[in-house]
Amino acid sequence: MSIELKNVTKKFGEVTAVQEVSFSVRDGELMGLLGPSGGGKTTVLRMIAGLEVPSQGDIFIRGRRVNALPVQKRNIGFVFQNYALFQNMSVRGNIAFGLNVRKWQRPDIEVRVRELLALLGLEGLEQRYPHQLSGGQRQRVAIARALAPRPGVLLLDEPFGAVDAKIRQELREWLVRLHHELNVTTLFVTHDQEEALEVSDRIAIFSRGGLEQVGSPREVYEQPANEFVARFIGVLNVLELEVRDGRARVNELAFPSHGRTEGQRLRIGFRPYAVPISADVHAYRYRALLRRTFFLGVMLRVELELPSGLIIRARMTKEDYTRENLHDGAPVSFQIRQYRVLSGDDDALRPEVATVHDLPPMVGEGI
Amino acid sequence: MTAPFTLSVRERKFNALPGFSLTLGYTLCYLSALVLLPLAGLLLRVSSLSWADFWRLATTGRALAAYRLTFGASFLAALANAVFGTILAWVLVRYRFPGRRLVDALVDFPFALPTAVAGLTLASLFSAHGWLGRFLVPLGIQGAFTPLGVVIALTFVGMPFVVRSLQPVLENLERDVEEAAATLGAGRLRTFLRVIGPVLLPTVITGFAQAFARAVGEYGSVIFIAGNKPYASEIAPLLLVIRLEEYDYAGALALAVVLLTISFALLITIHLLEHWAGRYQP
Repeated sequence: MSIELKNVTKKFGEVTAVQEVSFSVRDGELMGLLGPSGGGKTTVLRMIAGLEVPSQGDIFIRGRRVNALPVQKRNIGFVFQNYALFQNMSVRGNIAFGLNVRKWQRPDIEVRVRELLALLGLEGLEQRYPHQLSGGQRQRVAIARALAPRPGVLLLDEPFGAVDAKIRQELREWLVRLHHELNVTTLFVTHDQEEALEVSDRIAIFSRGGLEQVGSPREVYEQPANEFVARFIGVLNVLELEVRDGRARVNELAFPSHGRTEGQRLRIGFRPYAVPISADVHAYRYRALLRRTFFLGVMLRVELELPSGLIIRARMTKEDYTRENLHDGAPVSFQIRQYRVLSGDDDALRPEVATVHDLPPMVGEGI
Repeated sequence: MTAPFTLSVRERKFNALPGFSLTLGYTLCYLSALVLLPLAGLLLRVSSLSWADFWRLATTGRALAAYRLTFGASFLAALANAVFGTILAWVLVRYRFPGRRLVDALVDFPFALPTAVAGLTLASLFSAHGWLGRFLVPLGIQGAFTPLGVVIALTFVGMPFVVRSLQPVLENLERDVEEAAATLGAGRLRTFLRVIGPVLLPTVITGFAQAFARAVGEYGSVIFIAGNKPYASEIAPLLLVIRLEEYDYAGALALAVVLLTISFALLITIHLLEHWAGRYQP
């Protein structure tokens, strides 16, 4: 285990920023800490770095308890959200700073700086000052500076927060490649679920100071531990049902009662990909109008409006959309192939059960 | 083809104040009336003196001693303000403690207090029977009626400059830069000397220059505490007043021109220094 947190809690005065968090990061892993802002993920990162001291619990880096170890001695590289470059130093000066602190020999520093300039594509910029660089270049200088002293762990706080969308995409791919080349244990904080899913080997999801789930992108997407994760990762349709005549219903939609008795409520959630759509209004059980189409690239997101006004979000490929000859306003039929029963009471995030239930298509049955 | 186009774009840029020519004209008139005209008058008057006369009047022993005291004491006072003003500004920006706002308000006290009152207060404080003087004088520290008294008075009047120019810069200083230095292994001293210090330096120099300029021109507070002994504790502006009271206009003018020239040269030097210290800035 490269990094391990055991029951770590951090309080700022009366406010608990991080509550009883335990997880570990494997050697050489690229892990994303994901969650809404105020979720405690940055505080976790700062505690690993030694910039904050845990109120309770222990932090281990490479098996060594580091709670009392000052930040200077932890041998970590930290990339700050706003890069925090030394504005009075050139790119070379910034990268060499940590090496000078560690009293490296001049020729060694020269070699290392050159290496990093090459690795990060910063050749020719070594004499520039931070204010003469673009956002993406500053970002790379900050990473080069953090990597220069060969840290055991690289920590990045919202690394792509301050650059525009196009560069963001490039930086993501580039971070994965860099991590692949260097194989240094890397943790990064993000509030962007898409970014976390795309970049990380594993994701730790935080909310309100607590750890909700740790898992691979696929695990957290397909087997979310609770409703919060299910809603935070990807899109989730949530329906409030009430059992009437032995079926759990909302408007036109009906589901099995899952053991609830007459008049009881339950909630279900389902992913947009679990909703097949056809232009043939008799193909699937329910009818709706295709209200709006969002083009996301290869995938399209569509909003279906049921006759009762209920809105269902679905997802389909461009090919399917074209083959079915769909357009906004078209009448369609659909069904819900998989769903998950969410916990009954409104506040609790944990689901009671996680079931996958297939509704067979009922051809010809009227609504 | 491109030139007129860019010009018309520039003309259409929104400006809060009307027309460039109008505002520039106003600026020049204002500067001329307040700064250039009096300066020109001074130089015109002094040009009626022959070079030999001017040199003789400007370099009497008494005048030389006065220049030395004025510029030496001003330099020391500004230096003290640069060091302690930096610490004061740091404490005011970085820490929260009871009475912080009061301390912050007190920094402006030397601006608000009539300088004569300040001089009188300091003189009584440091005299042999004063609150401080009665402890310091037996130790051989003569605050009142000595060159040291001049330095004390000038330090007092110049105190707010460094603090006030440094405060906004410190407030904008991002904390994560210090944290970045720490994650790279740097201790406090190195972080201050290599990371924070260089960023603050241009502003400290600005504050130093302002405190220095103020000190060179200071008159009211100094004459009460200095003792005003010729050759020992007599400042140049006082000597100038004495010359005027003696109706020795030529002598006063010569002194004025020397003060002006030295001040001007020093301010230019400081400005260049400031520019050098901020060379990495946009």
